[in-house]
Amino acid sequence: MFEHEGLSKEFEFVTKKSEIKHIGDSIKNTSIKMQTIAFALIQGDQDTVGQLTIECLEEGISANEILDNGLLNGMSIVGVKFRDNIIFVPEVLIAARAMKAGMTHIEPILSESGIEPQGKVLMGTVKGDLHDIGKNLCIMMLRGSGFTVYDLGVDTSPEDFADGFEEYQPDIIGMSALLTTTMPNMGRTIQYFEDVGLRDEVRLMVGGAPVTQEFADEMGADAYGDSAIDAVDKAKELILLLKDLRD
Amino acid sequence: MVQKLKPNAQKILHDIKSKKIFLLDGATGTYLQDNGLEPGGCPELMNKKNSDVISSMADIYFKNGSDIVLTNSFGGNKYRLRHYGLDNEVFELNKLSAILAKEISEKYIEKFVFGSIGPTGEFLEPLGSVSEADMYEAFANQMSGLLEGGVDGFLIETQIATEETKLAIKVAKENFNVLILASAVYDKGPKGYFTMFGLTPKESLQIFFESGAHVVGTNCGNGSENMVEIAKQLRSFTDNPLIVQANAGIPKIKKQDIIYPESPEFMKEKYKELIKNKINFIGGCCGTNSEHIRLFHDLIRNHNESI
Repeated sequence: MFEHEGLSKEFEFVTKKSEIKHIGDSIKNTSIKMQTIAFALIQGDQDTVGQLTIECLEEGISANEILDNGLLNGMSIVGVKFRDNIIFVPEVLIAARAMKAGMTHIEPILSESGIEPQGKVLMGTVKGDLHDIGKNLCIMMLRGSGFTVYDLGVDTSPEDFADGFEEYQPDIIGMSALLTTTMPNMGRTIQYFEDVGLRDEVRLMVGGAPVTQEFADEMGADAYGDSAIDAVDKAKELILLLKDLRD
Repeated sequence: MVQKLKPNAQKILHDIKSKKIFLLDGATGTYLQDNGLEPGGCPELMNKKNSDVISSMADIYFKNGSDIVLTNSFGGNKYRLRHYGLDNEVFELNKLSAILAKEISEKYIEKFVFGSIGPTGEFLEPLGSVSEADMYEAFANQMSGLLEGGVDGFLIETQIATEETKLAIKVAKENFNVLILASAVYDKGPKGYFTMFGLTPKESLQIFFESGAHVVGTNCGNGSENMVEIAKQLRSFTDNPLIVQANAGIPKIKKQDIIYPESPEFMKEKYKELIKNKINFIGGCCGTNSEHIRLFHDLIRNHNESI
């Protein structure tokens, strides 16, 4: 299939037609080095990902190419494997760490050269809730997928979210909750954005163990992510919609 | 290594052999929220500041038929309590939680108390930054408090991280002479039921029993229908003691109120399947109340009287 045998094997986990085409096309014409990076990322081999990223940059390969053809191709396969119950949270965390090992070298170059990130996301666990594992997982995955993420931490009030919006001007705000008691604070934050006239300025996403699509719809969120990987997909969709609007 | 289980723990194991089913309690968190726990407040602090609420909760559940009540100590480990600046009070808050429930249990005949031990919210190395030694110490401290307060068992519940669950079981096994119950959360994915860390029900049984748990099972989850499915799977792989405690469905929000959709009658109907599948410990998780317990008790009483 591809020049890199291991990556070809990993690609066998992609079974949906549209994804075979999409991810397959994206990998097809990439160099063996890029495929090696993608494979190392899927394996969670952060040392190799970091080393190869440095090597490639030294050889004059652009940061963008390493991101698109190496790291993100690997991450796409990780996402599919996670959704389809082939790998689970630990493996995703380790792959995200490998992604970060590459991004450490790429990010400064991207920001220097003025290349826009995928989008800007402001994240926080809502007021009254001190749980941050899910939120942190989402942040890792978003950063790994090329988003710039600002983290407001836990116990974030509607006012804090609004202040954060003013300060960072994100495209998307992501709210997380683990407790059923704090879930309503997502709705309250959305209402607060309405009240202060900011609702149309930003897209609001929600997620967390007890949160459902139904609940997200009911409180008027723009998107719901049912896992960290899904959150990245939803964030990408929102960014595309925003781009269309702005064009 | 602890040799002999304390008499109450032995008695429970003995009664299971004669097919008795034990009824645990309903939700703790939901009860506390209805009785003064503010969003973002520390549930375990109520053992000290609102001990009357904790005692009443135990009393209500025992009165409605629970054989075993859980302590209010789910987040009583140093990592969770640190968020409230209470990590120096781990032992005391856990001990108190046990004393409160134990005191009430002694008003009745043959009632027991299990210490609730929830996840730490941290990841062990190499995935996270917490060392095994540190977490071992943390569990040991929490369990010491619970034991000192008089619990008959530890329910290591709502577990998602395999190594953490194994460690908690190990700490209990190596240091304490009470029953050890290990209960995990499963999500239904395209390939069936898995924990967040990828264990199937079958794998969990093997790993947790091998680690030294006396009882293995599941709690929380996405409603009693799924829990019955998981229970059937678990039972199909083992004759060992099992525990199942379901949520009253996935919560919905109505006008800022949290509504758990599964009524006591609905769950009672589903729970008949748990009895059919010889689940030895049955109870309710989030959203279940004393009325759920009362109806489960009807079911279980019928069974226990027929043995």
